[in-house]
Amino acid sequence: MYNFEFVKPSTVAEAVAALASEDAQALGGGQTLIPTMKQRLASPAKLVSLTGIEEMKEIDSDGKVLTIGGGVTHAEVAAGGYGAISELAGNIGDPAVRNRGTIGGSLANNDPSADYPAAVLASNATIVTNNRTIAADDYFEGMFSTALMDGEIIISVQFPVPEAANYQKFEQPASRFALVGVFVAKYPDGVRVAVTGASEGGVFRWTAAEEALSASFSPDALDGLSLDAEGMIEDLHGSPAYRAHLVKVLTARAVAAA
Amino acid sequence: MPKDHGIGASPKRREDVRFLTGNGKYTDDINAPNQTYVYFVRSDVAHGTINKIDTSDAEKMPGVVRIFTGADFEGVGGVPCGWQVTDRFGEPMQEPAHPVLAQGKVRHVGDPIVAVVAETLEQARDAAEVLEVDITELPAVIDMKEALKEGAPKVHDDLTSNLCYDWGFVEENREAVDEAIKNAAHVTTLELRNNRLVANPMEPRVAIGEYDASNDEYTLYTTSQNPHVIRLLMGAFVLGIPEHKLRVVSPDVGGGFGTKIFHYAEEAFCTFAAKAINRPVKWTSSRSEAFMSDAHGRDHVTKIELALDKDNNFLAVRTDTYANMGAYLSTFAPSVPTWLHGTLMAGNYTTPLIYVNVKAVFTNTVPVDAYRGAGRPEASFQLERVIDKAARELGVDPIALRRQNFIKPDQFPYATPVAVEYDTGNYDATMDKIEEIADLAGFEARKAESAKNGKLRGLGIAHYIEACGIAPSNLVGQLGARAGLYESATVRVNATGSISVMTGSHSHGQGHETAFPQVIAEMIGIDESQIDIVHGDTAKIPMGMGTYGSRSLAVGGSAMVKAAEKVIAKAKKIAAHLLEAGEDDIELANGEFTVAGTDKSVAWGDVTLAAYVPHNYPLEDLEPGLEETAFYDPANFTYPSGAYACEVEVDPETGKVEVCSFAAADDFGNIINPMIVDGQVHGGIAQGIGQALLENCVYDSDGQLLSGSYMDYTMPRADDLPNYTVDHSCQTPCTHNPLGVKGCGEAGAIGSPPAVINAVVDALSDYGITHIDMPATPARVWEAIQAAK
Ligand SMILES: Cc1cc2nc3c(=O)[nH]c(=O)nc-3n(C[C@H](O)[C@H](O)[C@H](O)COP(=O)(O)OP(=O)(O)OC[C@H]3O[C@@H](n4cnc5c(N)ncnc54)[C@H](O)[C@@H]3O)c2cc1C
Repeated sequence: MYNFEFVKPSTVAEAVAALASEDAQALGGGQTLIPTMKQRLASPAKLVSLTGIEEMKEIDSDGKVLTIGGGVTHAEVAAGGYGAISELAGNIGDPAVRNRGTIGGSLANNDPSADYPAAVLASNATIVTNNRTIAADDYFEGMFSTALMDGEIIISVQFPVPEAANYQKFEQPASRFALVGVFVAKYPDGVRVAVTGASEGGVFRWTAAEEALSASFSPDALDGLSLDAEGMIEDLHGSPAYRAHLVKVLTARAVAAA
Repeated sequence: MPKDHGIGASPKRREDVRFLTGNGKYTDDINAPNQTYVYFVRSDVAHGTINKIDTSDAEKMPGVVRIFTGADFEGVGGVPCGWQVTDRFGEPMQEPAHPVLAQGKVRHVGDPIVAVVAETLEQARDAAEVLEVDITELPAVIDMKEALKEGAPKVHDDLTSNLCYDWGFVEENREAVDEAIKNAAHVTTLELRNNRLVANPMEPRVAIGEYDASNDEYTLYTTSQNPHVIRLLMGAFVLGIPEHKLRVVSPDVGGGFGTKIFHYAEEAFCTFAAKAINRPVKWTSSRSEAFMSDAHGRDHVTKIELALDKDNNFLAVRTDTYANMGAYLSTFAPSVPTWLHGTLMAGNYTTPLIYVNVKAVFTNTVPVDAYRGAGRPEASFQLERVIDKAARELGVDPIALRRQNFIKPDQFPYATPVAVEYDTGNYDATMDKIEEIADLAGFEARKAESAKNGKLRGLGIAHYIEACGIAPSNLVGQLGARAGLYESATVRVNATGSISVMTGSHSHGQGHETAFPQVIAEMIGIDESQIDIVHGDTAKIPMGMGTYGSRSLAVGGSAMVKAAEKVIAKAKKIAAHLLEAGEDDIELANGEFTVAGTDKSVAWGDVTLAAYVPHNYPLEDLEPGLEETAFYDPANFTYPSGAYACEVEVDPETGKVEVCSFAAADDFGNIINPMIVDGQVHGGIAQGIGQALLENCVYDSDGQLLSGSYMDYTMPRADDLPNYTVDHSCQTPCTHNPLGVKGCGEAGAIGSPPAVINAVVDALSDYGITHIDMPATPARVWEAIQAAK
């Protein structure tokens, strides 16, 4: 690790100001950033910790919309009893990771195998930053890439509450990130299916499945559908064909469990 | 009532108190005044020529003390190999040089090139970043069969090829075996890979070199399983330091699994550099470094054939193995695929003809050496897999086929056609036991239940043999070992009767500090709390050979017993004097010497006090003091064996394998502490299940390590493992050591991989699948199902 400056502001405005200086970077739970720094792969001059900002640490649900502050930890979401999202959060990493890692950090990082992006995209959630709101469909721009601008902070994420939802995660055996993860969410106006872990393009919506499930929300509705292996990730833990196959298996299981 | 002390009791492990409360003293906990830190710049290519190393800018960086390169080690010895294998033509193996820091060439990702010594580790890393190392990358050889092809790039330019040796065993049997296979009623053939593993002890390696210029003495603190072996190898062969000037200390060590047996370049570097800069030098491996510098394990590619007659009797076994040595020969690497593997190919069976061929191959990968079981898991895996396959081909019950070919109890001692003589065993007994404790009779019902949930259930059985308690020195010497394999112990009785046992065995998690005192306590009849074990420091213990090959109790414990017997014999003389009785009439029990047939007695503590305060003492006949040393060289290996049963459920949609149950019925001979034995078996099975389902060290064709961290290398975790049913009530005590013990450290890792894979193949048998390579990951199982469909 290289030397760096450290500040811990207590308001969003102070954080935004602090992030304006050169090579400053936001620090959430540090579960991604700190290991990267230890490996000397990242070298921010200044870390701006977001953990002292109260307004980013709130969770609130009015029954229609669930709002999770950008600084809320995975453990807090897991303990909240918010259905599929809580279950998802409760399966991220290990207790140490969940007690530190935040939803804002996970979404800003947008690891192609991370869990939250599937929930956000399937729920058509809204990302609220310090200066705008971004629809989930516009937010994810491929592996490790998002619509966030330099210095922009995720203040909260607003999830429309679904009629039914479920997340199925098939773990990559070593990292236990998602080898494939499928989040299915059913709303009055239709079903959304978002897939993480599988594609080289990062999280994506499986629209053919969405159409079929919107017509009939049952596992059988997926019969006859298949996903093209083209563009799926190839690594030690699975071929593109395997991943494409898993997407369908997990989608069906998510529908059955929702 | 189970015993609460002495042999056969299960007192809690006393060392765990300090381990669990953070009070263990590991090598990294040691910090010498004025110490420096070394950071190794390692090769990021698998094979290349070093054109130039420019350290000039790096030397000016803050905190840099000195930068070393291969040039500093010209004229210094290389890292030696401790075992010379003779090939089947009578020629010695090819043995390449292994410099401490790369000279001229790099040969694997992780090969150390430059060592930067600085005031802090961060400063050393900063300086390493401005170093210039100019390397021209060369084509690498990774695949063993490719490496042996004509014209393949050579790992070592000065060797004739990448073949380390071509070993045949028993060479005289070669033709007879070929003939038997040709004429057999049935031959089952299986090609398989024994996957490469990274040992991953919880504590990474650490070394601290110290030099005392006032008396020209060196101290090396290191995470070793055998400090005396390091002192001998490094002192004599690398740095030329006489042993009386070199102290090697291995304090608490957090797991070894074989990979901490070997002498490593980093140890030699720290010791050498400490003198060069006249300051202590410390190195602590990162986990990433461990992946590319700790010796790996296994990595065999094998074809095995089993020939049977028309009545299903085993006639012959022929096996062809390619064994990966990696880029250099690690300390005991050549012995693993040969003497620790070929000699086990009889298994538990009466197969009369066996021929084992092993080609050891150099590749541009990390050196491969012993890992828990070392050679014996490779033997057991092949044999127990091919027998299962044969049973399936012949349509017979795999257990019945094994039983039919077992060596029977009345055939012991049994000389196998592969040079070893099993002293004792009862394989039907452990097989009976496993049928009972694994409830094999209930399997079909459980299988039907799984099927209702859409899961395929499979049952796998394996019956292993191992040779451990390594081993007779004269024998291993004939086989090429450049070391003796005896063990030593000093039993030092203090004036008040408490005892320190200095043992050459080394505990790095095994529980010696608890189990060894149980033996002494039993012999003398005093409380275990009066006995302490001292190990891991060449300045404190007699020259010993350390711990590996499940030898601590069988060899080290025997040395301790011999030394204690000498102590007791002398104490009896003293007691006879004090009691004014004949020496032959003295008996020792419950910490008291009595005169047979009288009520005269004297306590242990009074006798020991008399030994050191010899006022009333037979000084004319007997030296004062009560301390004895024994060196014990075993007459034979010991041969634990056992039956393992594994049940798995496979999810045919995802390929995921779940281990539902695992049972082990082992014969370890006599047992000192059943709880510790359970723990050893549990750990071994965890590693065996890890090998079978999870762990895999993978290189790409350029020699980049794809599984170089826990993001891609799958360690077994608690939720990957079932509850185990472990039994060791079948006991055929070893016939040639004083405790009748056999050793239990490796068994779990030897018997479990074939049991797991047999279970997976059983679950998949309806698809016509007859083999699946380890690890049977979800992706691999799914691919196999697709291919079979
Ligand atoms: C052992 C381990 C296992 C894990 N397993 C999983 C898993 O199974 N599934 C999974 O999804 N993830 C997993 N993770 C990742 C974990 O969820 C991280 O916590 C998360 O990805 C990053 O969150 P963080 O708060 O720690 O962010 P940090 O590491 O602090 O930051 C990550 C990035 O986000 C930026 N950032 C942080 N907060 C904000 C914000 N509010 N607004 C804008 N930018 C911000 C930072 O500048 C940085 O670029 C694992 C991590 C570890 C170490």
